[in-house]
Amino acid sequence: MSDLDELYLEVIIDHNKNPRNNEKLENHTHEAKGDNPLCGDQISIQLIMKEDKVSDVKFTGSGCAISTASASILTEEIKGKSKKEIEKLFNGFHNLVTGNEENKDLGKLAIFEGVKKYPARVKCATLSWHALMAAIEGNEEATTE
Amino acid sequence: MIKGIESDFPVLSQKVNGKKLVYLDNAATTQKPKAVIKSIERYYNESNANIHRGVHALSQKATDLYENSRKNISNFINAESEKQIIFVRGATEAINLVANSHVRPLLNQNDEIIISQMEHHANIVPWQLICEERNAKLRILPMNQRGELILDSLGKIISKKTKFMAINHVSNSLGTVNPIEEIVKIAHQHKIKILIDGAQAVQHIPIDIQKIGADFYCFSGHKLYGPTGIGILYGKKQLLNEMPPYQGGGDMIKSVTFDETVYNDVPHKFEAGTPNISGAIGLSTAIDYIREIGIEKISKHESELLEYASKELNKIDNVQIIGNAENKASVLSFVIKNIHPHDIGTIMDSNGVAIRAGKHCTDPVMDFYCIPATARASFAAYNNKDDVDKLIKSVKKAIEVFG
Repeated sequence: MSDLDELYLEVIIDHNKNPRNNEKLENHTHEAKGDNPLCGDQISIQLIMKEDKVSDVKFTGSGCAISTASASILTEEIKGKSKKEIEKLFNGFHNLVTGNEENKDLGKLAIFEGVKKYPARVKCATLSWHALMAAIEGNEEATTE
Repeated sequence: MIKGIESDFPVLSQKVNGKKLVYLDNAATTQKPKAVIKSIERYYNESNANIHRGVHALSQKATDLYENSRKNISNFINAESEKQIIFVRGATEAINLVANSHVRPLLNQNDEIIISQMEHHANIVPWQLICEERNAKLRILPMNQRGELILDSLGKIISKKTKFMAINHVSNSLGTVNPIEEIVKIAHQHKIKILIDGAQAVQHIPIDIQKIGADFYCFSGHKLYGPTGIGILYGKKQLLNEMPPYQGGGDMIKSVTFDETVYNDVPHKFEAGTPNISGAIGLSTAIDYIREIGIEKISKHESELLEYASKELNKIDNVQIIGNAENKASVLSFVIKNIHPHDIGTIMDSNGVAIRAGKHCTDPVMDFYCIPATARASFAAYNNKDDVDKLIKSVKKAIEVFG
């Protein structure tokens, strides 16, 4: 498979076309906006946290295929997880897309491994994650810069 | 095609992602011909010294090279005198210089500065900074959907409060060539001074600064086949003489005591510290290179490429060209339905085609068209029809991947 095919896997293309949980979340307890000033991508993450666990999560905003698919898959992967588990997942994901570490129990997130060949796109893949971490920490904004 | 010049540019002979590099990001920066690279090398090998101060031969040699470069650039844009050419880091610094040294001292509360809807951030933010400080306002000359300035509305925007105007010659995100001679005329009818940002113009259009009549004109060397970190500001003699210095330091003074400093004459008054000597020489060499080919010939060649590329892009479903002005230069911005420009950029890159994807430092233009960004191809003298064909092929590939 070429580098390009590894980047734009069918699952990623699918999530870009039909993003999951792509709407406002009523009664959210946490919210943060992620901003990539370089390309203008903006993604907001909204969460409902119950007893330190994410009981629901949705996102709004627009971006490129990688940032949209990443946000979409994030919402599927973190539901039911605790803050600690999410932090671990984010670290693993960050290491995966920056090529620092092999895939370690990342589940579906492993499909973003192709990003490591495209350093300019790492920020796209991590934008929603930065917003998520900011939301959990109680901050309103995250930026990839 | 301008025959044989591609081989003048060493960087173009490389492969990117296994494909021959097709460089179509010229509005961001152009590649440098061997002559320019060699002139910089030769300067450091044979003539490096500090200028305007040494009594030794080498310093004189460096001074001559630097000052001759100024003269060459002055001739290139047909300035009245080389004393009106100030070396700066680039167009951005030139605009900041004018904002701070010319406009700022004149600006009072509620005064207004007019810029246009299609300015690069470099021709927005310096004005915002001084407006904020002085409680003055920015007024915006609007554009139509084709990306042309609506000159009819200029009369309504100009008022007694207008203290300055700053408009780009060519839009970096739309390619629009603005009717600057007409705009300058209107400004002067109202006794308003005007700066023209020529960063995207000098590499495509022959410039006769006296005919244009602008009070200030600026450009960056690196978009003109020259090195980065060098550019020029042209200013009307009287204005430059009246303006206070922009920065203080060595070389911009005649004498210094702790009580009083006497500033040097123009242009040295605006060139504090050791300047970018090799940059000035490199830019001068780039101008020689352009002169040898002929700017008219480059202009015609790029127009043909732009026309061909626009025609081919328009044939593809779901592709929309952003910026359809009657008079355009070398810049082709476009969007593809349901494909983000960043993804277009990555797919192009995998085919060796280098374009820019983003907002191009023109957020207000993106907001005007309600788009997050565009893909932008921009042509230079060394591009050819084959490059355009590869661009079009890559657009089709992007549609196929995301289809």
